[in-house]
Amino acid sequence: MTTRTAASTSPNDTPIVSMDMITKTFPGVKALDQVKLDLYPGQVTALVGENGAGKSTTVKILTGIYVPDGGTIRINGDAIAFASPNEAAAAGITAIHQETVLFDELSVAENIYIGHAPRTRFGLIDKAAMHRAATKLLDDIGAPFSAHTPLRDLGIANKHLVAIARALSVDARVVIMDEPTAALSHKEIEELYALVETLKSQGKAILFISHKFDEIFRIADRYTVFRDGAFVGDGKIADISEGDLVKMMVGRSVDQIFPTRSHDVGEEVLKIVGYDHPTEFADINFTLNRGEILGFYGLVGAGRSEFMQALFGITKPAKGVCRINGDIKVIRSPADAVGNGIVYVPEDRGKQGAIIGLPIFQNITLPSLGKTSRNGFLKLAEEFKLAREYSQRLDLRAASLDQDVGNLSGGNQQKVVIAKWLATLPQVIILDEPTKGIDIGSKAAVHEFMAELAAQGLSVIMVSSEIPEVIGMSDRVIVMRDGRIAAELAGDDLTPETLVRHAAGISTPTKGAAA
Amino acid sequence: MTDTVQTRHVPDRLQGRAARLLKSWEALLLGVAIAIFVINSFASPYFLSAWNLSDATFNFTEKAMIAFAMALLIISGEIDLSVASIIALASTAMGLAVQHGAGTPELVVIGLTVGLLCGAFNGFFVTVLGLPSIVVTIGTMSLFRGISYIILGDDAFRGYPASFAWFGQGYIYWVFTVEMLFFVVIALVYGVLLHKTNFGRAVYAIGNNPTGALFSGIRVARVKFILFLLTGVMSGIAAICLTSRLGSTRPSIATGMELEVVTMVVLGGVNILGGSGTIPGVVIAAFVMGLVTFGFGLLNVPGIVMSIFIGLLLIGVIALPRLWAMVAARRKS
Amino acid sequence: MTRFIPLREAILAGAIFALLMMIATRFAGFVAPSNLANVFNDTAPLIILALGQMVVILTRCIDLSVAANLALTGMAVAMINVAMPGLPIPVILAIAITLGAIMGAINGILVWKLAIPPIVVTLGTMTIFRGIIFLISDGKWVNAHEMSPAFTGFARTVLLGLPVLSWIAILTVVIFGIMMARTPFGRSIFAVGGNPHAAVYTGINVGKTQFWAFVVSGALAGLTGYLWVARYAVAYVDIAGGFELEVVAACVIGGISIAGGIGSVGGAVLGALFLGVVKNALPVVNISPFWQLAISGSAILIAVAFNARSGRTKGRIILKSAETAQ
Repeated sequence: MTTRTAASTSPNDTPIVSMDMITKTFPGVKALDQVKLDLYPGQVTALVGENGAGKSTTVKILTGIYVPDGGTIRINGDAIAFASPNEAAAAGITAIHQETVLFDELSVAENIYIGHAPRTRFGLIDKAAMHRAATKLLDDIGAPFSAHTPLRDLGIANKHLVAIARALSVDARVVIMDEPTAALSHKEIEELYALVETLKSQGKAILFISHKFDEIFRIADRYTVFRDGAFVGDGKIADISEGDLVKMMVGRSVDQIFPTRSHDVGEEVLKIVGYDHPTEFADINFTLNRGEILGFYGLVGAGRSEFMQALFGITKPAKGVCRINGDIKVIRSPADAVGNGIVYVPEDRGKQGAIIGLPIFQNITLPSLGKTSRNGFLKLAEEFKLAREYSQRLDLRAASLDQDVGNLSGGNQQKVVIAKWLATLPQVIILDEPTKGIDIGSKAAVHEFMAELAAQGLSVIMVSSEIPEVIGMSDRVIVMRDGRIAAELAGDDLTPETLVRHAAGISTPTKGAAA
Repeated sequence: MTDTVQTRHVPDRLQGRAARLLKSWEALLLGVAIAIFVINSFASPYFLSAWNLSDATFNFTEKAMIAFAMALLIISGEIDLSVASIIALASTAMGLAVQHGAGTPELVVIGLTVGLLCGAFNGFFVTVLGLPSIVVTIGTMSLFRGISYIILGDDAFRGYPASFAWFGQGYIYWVFTVEMLFFVVIALVYGVLLHKTNFGRAVYAIGNNPTGALFSGIRVARVKFILFLLTGVMSGIAAICLTSRLGSTRPSIATGMELEVVTMVVLGGVNILGGSGTIPGVVIAAFVMGLVTFGFGLLNVPGIVMSIFIGLLLIGVIALPRLWAMVAARRKS
Repeated sequence: MTRFIPLREAILAGAIFALLMMIATRFAGFVAPSNLANVFNDTAPLIILALGQMVVILTRCIDLSVAANLALTGMAVAMINVAMPGLPIPVILAIAITLGAIMGAINGILVWKLAIPPIVVTLGTMTIFRGIIFLISDGKWVNAHEMSPAFTGFARTVLLGLPVLSWIAILTVVIFGIMMARTPFGRSIFAVGGNPHAAVYTGINVGKTQFWAFVVSGALAGLTGYLWVARYAVAYVDIAGGFELEVVAACVIGGISIAGGIGSVGGAVLGALFLGVVKNALPVVNISPFWQLAISGSAILIAVAFNARSGRTKGRIILKSAETAQ
């Protein structure tokens, strides 16, 4: 931790990596247009931008996955071109990604050293040396597991530690962290921050990509802003305010203002009694009223999504009763749930939401085919009518309704998924992290729309990990912890402090909940 | 951005249907079929004979019956490699029934039932136990034909009733065979099922994104199970036709036919990874394969050499457009 | 923390052992060392091919052309032997391996450069390779008396109590054991199949790895092609017809996941041995050899169902009580 490389003893204002005039075009899209990005030793540079600003393309160019169409990359002043990811790795650039990009079937040591394992005289992998080195790296970062452990036995946070150990093992000069905290709990995030400090002290240049502004201001030394594939500006974090940074990012100033709502709620629509699952959640009881927005808050892994999927019929609870408008309903499959007026907008839009490959109108009508068809035979005119109605209602931006939904931006895909569900005329809509990964401009639109839905009498369940959103949007909030309901908060009790306390289990007198 | 744009209008379609059709895989394939037809009619004076052409249809009618159901199965992201073995088992069951004095109606019922049960068996392993269909059907491919071998060994069943010959040897009118009638009817049924019904839409949705389809309230397992049943039943029908045409059953009947069926489906433009494909495409592919086999046959080219051509066709039809795109992309840059 | 893979192999080894014991209770001669050596020798081609197939399946591909490759290479070296009887065996071996590798490379290049699904590619090349045998041989057989004694004798030469064919299988197993566990190529095969997306980020070229997997599989098919023709002293269009399915069956029974990334050398070998023992035991216990196909089909179904059950990933355990109850 105290050893510094020769490079980092030079003044910290000479960049290790300097990208200049980088351009990358894909068929029909200019992903990057003459952008510049500098990374300095011993400093964290935050790359800030909305979705589609060109952040991930930049990462892929830096790691050698894409070859830029134009511009130069200099490392310590020498112009270089990466023809493959191997060359980028050899130049000391390594990345830790959003999804944990590692290999379940290999051991921790093998994951750390894949691609650059120590060899014996005969060119074979030297397992003993590899395990020794891996064990040392794991000790350095305080990892609580052995180098021999198969990766599949580790949880997501520990897999992150493996990814970080891997970054350290290649003697990287540049570490790219792409949304590293997205899947981590509060405690794990703090541990990650500590690791970032360690990396900084070793003189490594860190590129940090995040949507969370508190995180950026906590950890970054510098910032670079992209918008729509173009460079907007850069500088030191100390010299800029959060508001100005947001303004640079979206090109206008956006205050996080939530729509004003009447909070007039109607009669009971949904009542859940005693939902239990052998391993995921237990003793879930609550009611939901007409026109209400019910927030579900909790740390990652508190069991919120697991419960919602049980409510939607994807997994089966061991016991529990679901009443809709007072009648007991048995929900064994999503088809049952939709039939009973419960719909679910999942967190993972790409995999569980939109059907990429099908046109927009077919996505919208998919759960409503019973209405737009006769005796099981399709009626295209009816389908287009329905699709037109809901795409207008959601202000969908697309070239045409028979365009593949995969060609839409993330925000517009989300609109298609919501349109699909609204077209079924549901009673209850479950939105799982509805604004995750969405840029600030679209976020406000989603909030506006949620308020509108509630005002029209739809009951909304909103699962969210963002405290301002939970407080700003919800009539009531249920806090979950370790698979159980920790608290139900409303009115004056609903503050950031109470949410965090209940979610982390600080207010409970019986201790020992620290996972 | 002004606030006046309250309701944004998104057009239904950008391209007319005609334009879309012209650029389609089916159009390209139809061109190939016509070219083969023309070349053949120049190459051999016997080609343009109504009776010869009628005989030629036997090259593809039985395979195509299965290919239609297989197309739906592959679009949904699954595959059934056991179809030829289902034919063997169904044919063996019919042969066994004949030894016990069964008449034509009973034979038809037995053939269809065995097909249905085999399809249900595959469907159970894939949809209830959640196993990959390629492995399951490689297993049942051995199992179904294996049962035929256990029953028959080196023997053959013969002595099918005279009326049973109608399916594989009968004519409806002039040169039009019973099998051609089956082919046309089955093609129409599957065309409507895939392109004009809610069920067909569900098949496409599942093939493109099974999880997304499940989350959209589609009963994915049920749809897939039905598709395995359909493939089994179609194999049963093909077994009836083939047995009727050959007049005998050996356990080696229809060996390797699964590959020709899959080739026909892929040649017809169905994505082997699921999600896209059409019945008209498979119909044209059936004709292409039938015409090639027939034309080579007239020129006395042995069957195994024809299979080289079919293999090249299978790879070529996928490889050439991709090569073309690569060359075009390189030229641009 | 028990590692799962050895357990799976142990169960399969146990099943083979139990099978042998059952046969031994009634036909003690079957488990005599000399007979077991025969069984092993008979299974040697399947073992070699299963190892090649394992590498391909681990990278999320499948090679259905191995049997056709085997037959084409076999025919080619047999015809070379007829034309040039004096050609030494090492040269024949080199030719066989090279020819096989070239055919594997054709599969690999189509998968790598044109991104055509492997099942389509190898279905196509399977029929093409078979057709080419007919073209080069004109449909004729190459019989024992046309081949040189050295050519046919090599595979049957007994060294230290085992025929060369068996020794080659053993050598292949050893080489693969080292390759899969101790070389970067072996590890990258697991990486490509386990998580192709991540493999790209770790600097592994997925397509290229798949290409080399096909080359390895093809080279082994070529090697086996010569050994097969030498052992049975005959070459014709249809040798080893349908054998590709037996090879895939050996892999599936051996616990190699068709979805890629999961499997082991030991599993592939045991899967092949299981099929070999069954095949050789049937005539001994007086069951018609016609049962073999149905038995191997059932074995595939049982194996894949079993592996899927035990390999199912457990959900995230959230409840504390459930965690302690585990």
